[in-house]
Amino acid sequence: MSDERDNVSVSKGPAALPARLQRCLPAEGATVRLLIITVAVFIAMSLLNPGRFLTYRNFASMCFQFPELGIFALAVTVSLVTGGIDLSVISIGNLTGILAALILTQATGADPSAPMLAAYIAGAVVAAVAASALCGWINGILISRFAITPILATLGTMQFFMGISLVITKGHAIAGYPKAAQFIGNGTLAGVPVPLLIFLLLACLVQVMLSRTRLGLHLYLMGTNPVAARFSGLDVRRLLSKTYLLAALLSGMAGLVIISRTNSAKADYGSSYLLQAVLVAILGGVNPRGGFGSAWGVLLAVLSLQFLSSGLNMLQLNETVGPYINNFTKEFTWGALLLLMMVVNYYCGRPRTQ
Amino acid sequence: MDRLSRALHRHEFYLAATLALLASIIALINPAFLSLSNLFDLCKSSTVLGIFALGVLIVLLSSGIDISFTAIAVLSMYVTSRVLLAVDYSGPVIVAFAVAGCLGLLLGLFNAFFISCYRLPTLIVTLGSASVFRGFLLAFIGTKIVTSLPAGMVEFSKRSLFATTLPGGETTGLAASFLLFVVAAVMVCVLLRYTMLGRGIYALGGNPEAAVRAGFNIARLQFFIYGLVGFLSGVAGLIHACMMRNANPFDLVGTELVVIAAVVLGGASITGGRGTVIGTVLGVFLLVTINNSLILLGIPSYWQKVLVGLVIVISTGITARRNPRALHGVVVS
Amino acid sequence: MRDAFLDVRHISKRFGGVQALRDVSLTVGRGEIHCLAGENGSGKSTLIKIVAGVYRPDSGEIVVNGRSVECLRPIDAVREGIQVIYQDLSLFPNLTVAENLAINTLMEREGRWATPRRICRVASEAVARLGFEIDLRREVAGISVAERQLVAIARALLQDARLIIMDEPTTALTHREIDSLFRIIRNLQARGISTLFVSHKLTEVLEISERITVLRNGGKAAEGDASSFDYGTLVRHMTGKGIRTAEGASLCEGERGPSLLRVRGLCRRDAFRDISFDLGRGEILGIAGLLGSGRTELAMSLFGLTTVDAGTIEIDGETVQPGNVQDAMTRGIAYVPEDRLIEGLFLEQSVERNISAADLESFARWGGWLDFGRMREVVRTWMAALGITAPSTALPVQKLSGGNQQKVVLAKWLAGKARILLLNGPTVGVDVGAKAEIHGKLMELARNGMGVVVISDDLPELASLCRRALVMHRGRIVDELAMAEAAENALAARLSELE
Repeated sequence: MSDERDNVSVSKGPAALPARLQRCLPAEGATVRLLIITVAVFIAMSLLNPGRFLTYRNFASMCFQFPELGIFALAVTVSLVTGGIDLSVISIGNLTGILAALILTQATGADPSAPMLAAYIAGAVVAAVAASALCGWINGILISRFAITPILATLGTMQFFMGISLVITKGHAIAGYPKAAQFIGNGTLAGVPVPLLIFLLLACLVQVMLSRTRLGLHLYLMGTNPVAARFSGLDVRRLLSKTYLLAALLSGMAGLVIISRTNSAKADYGSSYLLQAVLVAILGGVNPRGGFGSAWGVLLAVLSLQFLSSGLNMLQLNETVGPYINNFTKEFTWGALLLLMMVVNYYCGRPRTQ
Repeated sequence: MDRLSRALHRHEFYLAATLALLASIIALINPAFLSLSNLFDLCKSSTVLGIFALGVLIVLLSSGIDISFTAIAVLSMYVTSRVLLAVDYSGPVIVAFAVAGCLGLLLGLFNAFFISCYRLPTLIVTLGSASVFRGFLLAFIGTKIVTSLPAGMVEFSKRSLFATTLPGGETTGLAASFLLFVVAAVMVCVLLRYTMLGRGIYALGGNPEAAVRAGFNIARLQFFIYGLVGFLSGVAGLIHACMMRNANPFDLVGTELVVIAAVVLGGASITGGRGTVIGTVLGVFLLVTINNSLILLGIPSYWQKVLVGLVIVISTGITARRNPRALHGVVVS
Repeated sequence: MRDAFLDVRHISKRFGGVQALRDVSLTVGRGEIHCLAGENGSGKSTLIKIVAGVYRPDSGEIVVNGRSVECLRPIDAVREGIQVIYQDLSLFPNLTVAENLAINTLMEREGRWATPRRICRVASEAVARLGFEIDLRREVAGISVAERQLVAIARALLQDARLIIMDEPTTALTHREIDSLFRIIRNLQARGISTLFVSHKLTEVLEISERITVLRNGGKAAEGDASSFDYGTLVRHMTGKGIRTAEGASLCEGERGPSLLRVRGLCRRDAFRDISFDLGRGEILGIAGLLGSGRTELAMSLFGLTTVDAGTIEIDGETVQPGNVQDAMTRGIAYVPEDRLIEGLFLEQSVERNISAADLESFARWGGWLDFGRMREVVRTWMAALGITAPSTALPVQKLSGGNQQKVVLAKWLAGKARILLLNGPTVGVDVGAKAEIHGKLMELARNGMGVVVISDDLPELASLCRRALVMHRGRIVDELAMAEAAENALAARLSELE
């Protein structure tokens, strides 16, 4: 029985756009709002950090940093769309990275002949994919076969995967890869940073999957009402397994990018990424109750966050505010932003139609 | 009485049996386990975890989840310590507890505000507020470890009950803070079983719409729940500081999962409405025993995380099996 | 006229863009049995919730016992003696029967303490008042639907209520239980307690009420003594138009076609046993039965949502794999479920998505890519075919009326290649106009060769749609009746024999 109180009129969509264009564009008001926020943050950070923010070096640096968060956010988004949440994304990323790193470090000792090197790198990538697939499969089984709620299941596996990472690394970082391996995280292709390309590619794939394929529509439907999904003949169990598998594969990609960029693999890297990934997803317009969300929103949101983050970093050099800005301030900011975004969403009327 | 009580007590019974079994096995392998000083140690280790668990139990019952309680604890604890030191406080420790508790209460109400007034999902709200609290603490209050605590706190940490002298000459005793855990457990038990508020918490977890219609003031309930969790967390944080003999602002955060594992192990359902204090207490003891035994058996600490993860997963799996919750509308059989 | 207990004057309420109630006034006398009738969307449930204190009216006043009440909250309504039994019963599945029974009383007494002993005392009294037996210690999640209904009523009666509002109370009750309920209501009347009975089952309305108020589109359409209404006038007030009676040759002409569905010896533990029947092409088969007869379980098993322990299901000679929804769907079985809001619809999603939900395969090319253009076309076609009124296909389904919503669920299955349509309570909560349209559609489908099974408690519906009806009782088929003339009465008689 729908609560009539929720029948608040939805934000007005774009006026008379031709239907086909309307379908290509992401959902109306929310994304426009997001675009405004992104631009506003950009402008603010530029003004607050004259001469430092609007530099090529800064842009380049940002473009290397945010993709990994963006990919994690895509993973979280996919799980949020189906009405659950995958809290283990970061742990999966780290574990994957560690396994890949283990293989890569073997390569430094060996004679770096091209085919051998390529074999090692290929091996590392394959291992990464396999490992993340396994993690995703585990999550999927727990959630679909054993009917454990996603929050609890991924809370448990988050610990479990991190624990395994710790056991493997004994708390140390695995470092020292062949130069070629660092290409994924540090190289550029036609002037565009590789991680950014990877992120954009993945974002496109996820967006296409969600908005234009049968699987995506099935995910949206399942997220809205799993009971009705079952009664409509959707194989809910398989859909859930696919969701968490997908999220894990994305996390694995992120893990690869991370170890390549930072040139080391640690069990506890990116502990604040989980909050940020959820923040990005929410900021990007995903409805935490399931059923709605798009990758464009994630893209804009992660950009906003990156601008904010870099801007804050630069403010450290500012005399008046500097001493108060540090990593912890950022943690505070992300938390505050998350709460703020949820409140804003509340006021702007929740379920968006697409 | 029979059928229902049997069903109700079954999970707790199994838990107690498992605990007994585990204890016996460990004792066989390493008799030091059953030594008085080790048992007292177990109790001491359960105190902070246990008080946290009580708070989490209450939240879970109302079908919410709170992962900010450790941040609340550490913020309250640190601020209290710094403030008391700044005013050169040397009186009884009860004031310290009162201050920490009140701070925790306020922080809990902060959570309640967002959860209740905006109907936001509890996981994400507390995910955010955990960062807000901890970020605020570390960014704006300080990152230095306070090594000399107010006299009252230090003295409290040394106080113990049932002090006995062992053959070897050392003295051992049950830490006084354990008493606080017992008191808290009893109070929460009374709250849940004998008061309307307690019924309201269960009702909220069972059928929120019906709870509104029955006349429960949902907003007041939620403020109470999260305020209480905050209060308990504040107290627990202070006990932790006393036990550690210092106030370290980097402590405690990261242990949320162990607490949740204990509560879930104790039979509480994450979807709300089911769970008891006895189960939670047993879950806490079980987890502490497992941990303790790992140490006694010489297993390195990183296996801990693996174990905790496994515990959460297995116990929720078992609970899920026992109440075949309709998986998406059709009972899984 | 008796002096009024409840006087609702000029109530208006708006939700966003929808005017739910417009200047509605209603009077319920002391000890009066008053019925509130109306289609879905007429504002019945809004009015109830306002009287119960769940919503606040935008304008108007509520006078209880001669005293105007401001700012009514649920707890105030309870104190004034107003008790509401909602359709979903508002029970707590995780609490015991005793706690459920006692909770309202304890809330009212505003005590802080709720000891098990007090709870037991209150609960026992409730049970005694109503006169039924139940184990107070059991969790509500574990008792049957009928028992839950009784618990809900007992709870309401416990608190010295002066006015009991029942929202569609008979939906889940057997005929004997309905008679029992009516007896209780008359008993209440004798004790001076008023009853506001909200229902769309017009025959029951006419049977039990003294006075009737009819709402239509948020406004009051009629009010008066029950004796001044009959079935036809009620329908006219509710819909604003007359009803076409006996919608054109209710019985399907012609012979029943060759056997489309063959069910033999179907068994499922604790649900049904030895179910065997044939469904012909072009036939509409009815299944009647009391609550708990296993009809819904049977339908779910036929659709593959649940497995069976024994027996076979054959469509056109090919065996259907039990317990496999995808297989059932591929062979052409479709199921329109009982509870459309939870089981049939994706409320926040658009009409378009809802209608295409079951058959995305037909819009998918090369590995899943969806052809939205074709999807929209097909959706529009079905919307026109079923008469679904909605400003656009992108409208979220939750904004549609009950009748339109049910049509959307139907469209979802018709858009696929269903050959056999199983319907469970297809017109529950659907306004009379839409009901007739749905019936017409079903008969048209049958004429075009589809096999239709209708599970329903609405005897006139079964009588007008089906040529024959199976009667199920406690999991078995106990009778098969031909729906000839006066079939309705025969069916009713047979059902009452069962108890």
